[in-house]
Amino acid sequence: MSTAIEIKSLYKKYKNADTFSVKDLSVSVAKGEIFGLLGPNGAGKTTLISMLCGLLKPSSGELLVFGKSYKNQSSEIKKIIGIVPQDIALYPTLTARENLMYFGSMCGLKDSELRQIVNESLEKLGLEKFANKRIDTFSGGMKRRINLIAGILHKPEVLFLDEPTVGVDVQSKNVIIAYLKELNSNGMTIIYTSHHLIEAQDLCTKIAIIDQGKIYAHASPSILIEQTPNAKNLEDVFIAITGKELRDVS
Amino acid sequence: MFHKLKRSIIKEILLQFRDPGGLIILFVMPLVLIITITLIQDSTFRSVSDTSIPILLVDNDHGTISKTVKEQLEANGAFEMLSEINGTPISENFASEAVFKGKYQLAIVIPEHLSRDLQQKVNQNVQTILSDLGFEESDTVNEEISPKEIKLYFDPATQMAFKNSVKNGIDKMVAQIENQSIYAAFQEQLGEDMSALFEEESFITFREMTPSGDDEEVLPNSVQHNVPAWTLFAIFFIMVPLSINIVKEKQQGTLVRLISNPVSYAIVLAGKTITYLLICLIQFYLMVGVGVYLFPYFDLPSLDVGGHLFLMTIVALFSGLAAIGFGVLLGTIAKTPEQSAPFGATFVVILAAVGGVWIPVFAMPKIMQMIAIASPMNWGLEAFYDVLLRKGTIVAILPEIIFLLLFFIITVLLAIGYDKKERAV
Repeated sequence: MSTAIEIKSLYKKYKNADTFSVKDLSVSVAKGEIFGLLGPNGAGKTTLISMLCGLLKPSSGELLVFGKSYKNQSSEIKKIIGIVPQDIALYPTLTARENLMYFGSMCGLKDSELRQIVNESLEKLGLEKFANKRIDTFSGGMKRRINLIAGILHKPEVLFLDEPTVGVDVQSKNVIIAYLKELNSNGMTIIYTSHHLIEAQDLCTKIAIIDQGKIYAHASPSILIEQTPNAKNLEDVFIAITGKELRDVS
Repeated sequence: MFHKLKRSIIKEILLQFRDPGGLIILFVMPLVLIITITLIQDSTFRSVSDTSIPILLVDNDHGTISKTVKEQLEANGAFEMLSEINGTPISENFASEAVFKGKYQLAIVIPEHLSRDLQQKVNQNVQTILSDLGFEESDTVNEEISPKEIKLYFDPATQMAFKNSVKNGIDKMVAQIENQSIYAAFQEQLGEDMSALFEEESFITFREMTPSGDDEEVLPNSVQHNVPAWTLFAIFFIMVPLSINIVKEKQQGTLVRLISNPVSYAIVLAGKTITYLLICLIQFYLMVGVGVYLFPYFDLPSLDVGGHLFLMTIVALFSGLAAIGFGVLLGTIAKTPEQSAPFGATFVVILAAVGGVWIPVFAMPKIMQMIAIASPMNWGLEAFYDVLLRKGTIVAILPEIIFLLLFFIITVLLAIGYDKKERAV
């Protein structure tokens, strides 16, 4: 199995920060995996995802996406990655179709092809009736589904998802998870962060538990549960590794 | 690339059209502004105003001077002379109190026997001159005549420009009366048959020469000054909604999505630049249209474009670019709309003040004149005046439009540099 993501000795320290947000982090993600990046608040998940998406520059270390580095192949990488941010990164006053046509065009898709992809995606996620309605009239679950479609229009090889099901109803969550599984079955590698550990246990093929900028555990959910004494599920593993202490960050 | 640019422009236009409040601010407010300002400022450019300012006249003279002052100020049309209230002549005490309390802007106090004493003084001087020249013997002893003063009381809130203009006007009238008295005295002393020697009409007159092109002469009026000045003001105001647009993109997360897409940030900015440039041009044509077609309905002079619409469009285009460049920089640096909106609005007002929209640059202190030279709004205003009032060609406006273009390039490069630096933290 080929490697989708290769991270070697990655460090990130923000300007004026006392400590590293990501510290000597090395991990690789195989092509076709659904890789769950789990950790408490302030663990360094968003920083790591931001570096993987090319939004932040690492302080040091190496980061490769399908063997390509952001240092000299940034535009090549951007063609093969997709992002679904935690925020609803859509224009509220535009319709669902207008938003998707715009973001699809920015990924280089031509109108005729794009129109077809938009229609198919809206239908799959149960939103075809709302294609011409403005985003600011949508419910939270509908916005999340459009947010997801906007990240996969160009059929990326790697999809980064930052808490894609936060704040949505069970029905929307089920549709989103089913769609992610379908995308993965078609060969898309998925990097996923979430605080929903049961959801992660169900969805992910590999899990990395990150805390204080370092990876403390990295294996499939079943192996992690097996290797942790008295653990019945991923939540027990998570607590065993990261502790019960509150992680308030400002 | 062109497909991405086209979609970016469509998106920006849709965002504008989905915000009716924003559209009103962009297109209606500048028109309201230009009509209001021109109506207010029009009277300062006209010799006859629709409204007259009441002036108290304390006439202790009851002679030719007080009569002339009253007649000439009334003939001006801008003033209404009041020498009595409810049938009672106005006293100096009443006048000073009323003016200092702000009930009237001005009171003129003509001293007692001013006309008589002036004539007497002139007669004495003429007799002395003629006697020295041997025309006639003078054996009379000249009576001592003390100098007189006309008192002017101004409301303390009255602006300096108004004070100076009234003072100059009265000074001129007094000088004319003195001249006429001198001529009259010479005529009287030399006999009736010598009267033809003295022509009392002014030998020197003034005529304002204006730049002319195409065999036509255009006299500057409030509209010729106000339309370009306030059009520029509105064009530069574009930086406020543009900066808010960029800040919102950051807050919504759409900018993050765009940055991670295979699209250059320059395309994203180009989409915004072209859209906002279109808005600037629409604003410009609307304001020119109001100046040409609507102003006559408000009893204002029509804007005389004089076949220079193409050059004016070029100036509007480059001024728009400069404003957009600054809007992009402001939107990139600002973290919230609460930062960008008040700063942008205040900065436009400062730029307008420094640029000479309200007060001409030549009337500013030296230091402000130097600052004005570096103000993009001043470059735009000078270019508009070059075209509209000085009848300049493309060559005349070339330096200004090059400066405006450079300003756009520098501000956009600074914005891109700042954005890269921020994301590299």
